[in-house]
Amino acid sequence: MVGAGKIKQNANVLDKPLGKGKQEVSLSAFAFLFSELVQYNQTQVDHISELETRLEDAGYAVGARVLDLLCHREKGNRRETRLLGILSFVHSTVWKVLFGKVADSLEKGTEHEDEYMISEKELLVNKFISIPKDMGTFHCGAFVSGIVRGVLDNAGFPAVVTAHFVPVEGQQRPRTTILIKFAEEVLQREARLG
Amino acid sequence: MTSTACFIIVSRNDIPIYEAEREDAAQLHQFILHAALDIVQDLAWTTSAMFLKAIDKFNDLMVSVYVTAGHTRFMLLHDSRNEDGIKSFFQEVHELYIKILLNPLYLPGSRITSSHFDTKVRALARKCL
Repeated sequence: MVGAGKIKQNANVLDKPLGKGKQEVSLSAFAFLFSELVQYNQTQVDHISELETRLEDAGYAVGARVLDLLCHREKGNRRETRLLGILSFVHSTVWKVLFGKVADSLEKGTEHEDEYMISEKELLVNKFISIPKDMGTFHCGAFVSGIVRGVLDNAGFPAVVTAHFVPVEGQQRPRTTILIKFAEEVLQREARLG
Repeated sequence: MTSTACFIIVSRNDIPIYEAEREDAAQLHQFILHAALDIVQDLAWTTSAMFLKAIDKFNDLMVSVYVTAGHTRFMLLHDSRNEDGIKSFFQEVHELYIKILLNPLYLPGSRITSSHFDTKVRALARKCL
């Protein structure tokens, strides 16, 4: 029949295969989206710490999904049951898929047994962001620490995750450190598993 | 072809987010599966595999469990011995579950209400079990 266009059958998402996904996404598209996310949340809150909390919660939702998806795609359905295992999963696999490279370093805290740090020279999310002086210790990396917390929490390793700027000698921009402090039960279970 | 089967998906916080019955002995089946949760809890930390095989028995019914990376448990109550069929059933449902999880509007740990998901799970059950 003339003029009859092709009728588009909207396939349900459950019928489409999972696939490998896009390996690359436009950086500028992400930067725009992230900046809108921050600006939108800025209008919704009265206080800086609330803004950090909101960014972290947004990241938590991402982390929860990234964990299941990457374990299925990259690791052939093997779960992580040990602390070092999940940390190196975050440091390498998650970082590689989300930011295109592994994190700069993974360190164990010296003062406390339950602290670990993932360091990055410049977080991808902060690439186009500058913090005004009056915002004090605010860090947009709260989004990334939310992602890490989402991954760890859903894998059964509850932790408090925060992002900090660490000034480095000889460098204009400070380094970013994601500090991970595990809950007591995680260490107990690790000790039990031996 | 089994006559008895009950499949539930239990979230990380021990809340059932999906149930499917083959027949109508609902109450007892769910009770058995809930009782098996404790065993799953301990067993999940001893291995990095996702498929935990048959972990509990009740009369002539067996409980098989599959744990995802996010500690969501797929539990199947059955009376068959078809381990390969059960494993492939779990793997297919796992893929469906990930697709549901990827929906940004789905709150992880909440009930799965999609009727399409229900249809697909039942079709898989007929095919694999």
